[in-house]
Amino acid sequence: MVETGHFALVLAFALSLVQTIVPLFGARLNNQRLMAVGGPVAVTGFALTALSFFALASAYANSDFSVASVWENSHSLQPMIYKVTGTWGNHEGSMLLWVLILTFFGALVAAFGSNLPATLRANVLAVQGAIGAAFFLFILATSNPFIRLNPAPIEGRDLNPVLQDLGLAIHPPLLYLGYVGFSICFSFSIAALIEGRIDASWARWVRPWTLVAWMFLTGGIAMGSYWAYYELGWGGFWFWDPVENASFMPWLAGTALLHSAIVMEKRSALKIWTLLLAILTFSLSLLGTFLVRSGVLTSVHAFATDPARGVFILCILTLFIGGSLALFALRASRLTAGGLFHPISREGALVLNNLFLTTATATVLVGTLYPLALEALTGDKISVGAPFFDLTFGPLMLPLLVLVPFGPLLAWKRGDIIAASQRLMAAFATALAAMLVTGLFIDGTSVFAALGIGLAVWLIAGALTDLAVKSGVGSVAPAVMLRRFAGLPRSVFGTALAHLGLGLTLLGIVATLSFGTEKILTMRAGETVELSGHTLRFVGLYPAQGPNYSEDRGRFELIGVSGSAVGEISSAKRFYPVRQTTTTESGIKTLGLSQLYISLGDEAKDGSVVVRLWWKPLVTLIWGGGLVMMAGAAMSLMDRRLRVGAPSRRRKQAGAEAPAVLP
Amino acid sequence: MTRKQKRLSVIVGGLAFLGAATGLTFYALGQKASYFYMPADLTTASVQPGQRIRLGGLVEKGTIQRGQGATVAFSVTDTHKSVKVTYTGILPDLFREEQGVITEGSFGPDGVFVADSVLAKHDERYMPKEVADGLKAKGVWQESKSE
Repeated sequence: MVETGHFALVLAFALSLVQTIVPLFGARLNNQRLMAVGGPVAVTGFALTALSFFALASAYANSDFSVASVWENSHSLQPMIYKVTGTWGNHEGSMLLWVLILTFFGALVAAFGSNLPATLRANVLAVQGAIGAAFFLFILATSNPFIRLNPAPIEGRDLNPVLQDLGLAIHPPLLYLGYVGFSICFSFSIAALIEGRIDASWARWVRPWTLVAWMFLTGGIAMGSYWAYYELGWGGFWFWDPVENASFMPWLAGTALLHSAIVMEKRSALKIWTLLLAILTFSLSLLGTFLVRSGVLTSVHAFATDPARGVFILCILTLFIGGSLALFALRASRLTAGGLFHPISREGALVLNNLFLTTATATVLVGTLYPLALEALTGDKISVGAPFFDLTFGPLMLPLLVLVPFGPLLAWKRGDIIAASQRLMAAFATALAAMLVTGLFIDGTSVFAALGIGLAVWLIAGALTDLAVKSGVGSVAPAVMLRRFAGLPRSVFGTALAHLGLGLTLLGIVATLSFGTEKILTMRAGETVELSGHTLRFVGLYPAQGPNYSEDRGRFELIGVSGSAVGEISSAKRFYPVRQTTTTESGIKTLGLSQLYISLGDEAKDGSVVVRLWWKPLVTLIWGGGLVMMAGAAMSLMDRRLRVGAPSRRRKQAGAEAPAVLP
Repeated sequence: MTRKQKRLSVIVGGLAFLGAATGLTFYALGQKASYFYMPADLTTASVQPGQRIRLGGLVEKGTIQRGQGATVAFSVTDTHKSVKVTYTGILPDLFREEQGVITEGSFGPDGVFVADSVLAKHDERYMPKEVADGLKAKGVWQESKSE
């Protein structure tokens, strides 16, 4: 089975070369038969990669320690779920997951792209094939997951205990679906540059792919943040760690792309910019892969460091980013630029959004790469953390967030800022009230808290105002209003939901940072502690045995008003003997939208235990907001205009579009 | 406004915005980035009390003292020099004697380093990259020690 997987991987590499070369020449020579090769090859390549992945996963599931990767990252005593998810809990396997998703997206284009112009489809598949070829070669040359050991060891070395968690089943696949999903937008852009033209079907195709990739990336980042929050036991949700930034940069650029693609689709403007953004977004995804996989950074994600890998990925990075930007420089002038438009308009607002988001991306990029560059050049080691990003990223986001509710209320071409402001009066009053309530009744000492809560409420109320205005609240009869509301395009709901989610996330962040409380103390069994109105009693430490670890579980009781226990929380210190590693399992109790968080420390000689407790008000909104944003993207995808698999309608629309093909 | 003036104002506005963002970024890099030092570097570098730095090295053997509550004192050493560090909170799971560690914080007026975060990775083979490089540069690193 392992050899079958290895062989399938080599075959998939060979097919990716065919997928790169044949359709590309076909498009060049305008040869239908050569171009038609791309589709079946892409689908077969995906099937082979899936077979290869399945072979590796079954080696993991069956604890086949004759495979080096399984021996290094698995153990026969691990629960089955972690045996399987361990497939991608290591460098080799996670790269295989990467190409699996890449070929999956290629196969999707092949399967659903029958209504694309033949040359565009051929070129897209060729570029997709080229990315695949580079990464297949990388895997086969430097990170082969199928290498055997002889003689086979009897027992494996266990998966990194931090990764033995359900988060591993969700976070990497979601994140990769997002990262790699942007490859489609990239391939479409390169194909457009090769052809030297962008036609209507281009924008129509790129937007849904951007939405899909963005949706998964949002989920992947939110899930990663929640995982780090409960697993690392530090109680933080975002550390501005370079590895986090590596996924955050494509998200920011992708958000900009999402918005500029709207302008391109509706107004046939910002074409060149959208194209460049699509290239940059995927370039940042590649950069992220490089930062995380090359071992340049030391983090939980750097499974193993091998200089050859770093150099190889750096070559891929240079080839694709450099190549695509060079092609852009050569060909962009051939594409027709859209005209300028009125600054106060929907498209004007979207341009402003792009300006802020791309600048914010650039500051994150500088903050992430500057320490690496400085160390390479001068040898000085610096760390750029939260204080840097608070000072740069924060001020850039503030005005953008203030402006968000205006955007959807402005008309295309020529908007009316005064009318939009009047419509937002209710939202503004709500935000002001929230600010006053926060300042006067909750915490009068923190300006940040009051402003932050006000801003979050402004975003939430603004998103709701958008829906209310568009369904005619206050100007038509309730029955008409309901009918209008139900009849609103799905993309309008999508926008409102995404902006609502943004507001919810901000509310969670501000509330947790401003009103959260923390206590560090030593406790003995039977003692109680109070934190922000919650009384906790430490019951005691109880040793227990897990499948591949032993633990000391500290049990706590939440004491109600009556004095009796109303809930239990437990946090544990786990010891994994195979890796000689200790981890902390944090104890979390969700109360409404807020959480009590307990992290167990060391046991002192006298039997008392160091305990760190947090009260985190509204903290779940941080990730809940992410889910709402995902729902917004899903809603937009269901919009009639974007529905994949409705070719007749699209063809009709494409025909009706005035400048269908631009010279 | 004519088309030309409009375009000019858009470009000027955009450039001013980018200029402000760039200025802010460089200011922040100068002010907010924290430098990494090993104990022996501190004799030559001038680090003011209150200035945020990261101090890395090995936890010196026999120096870990648990004080009142959750406060812990220990010394960080690079085998040439050592620095006293105090920290209040929960130490990372892999905090042990003679383990590589990075602490972040600033010096108090009494010359004791007050750390607000202590990092040590969840991996038995782990040695923070900065500490490993620093120890190699000072010639006290043996490759065998890393495994």
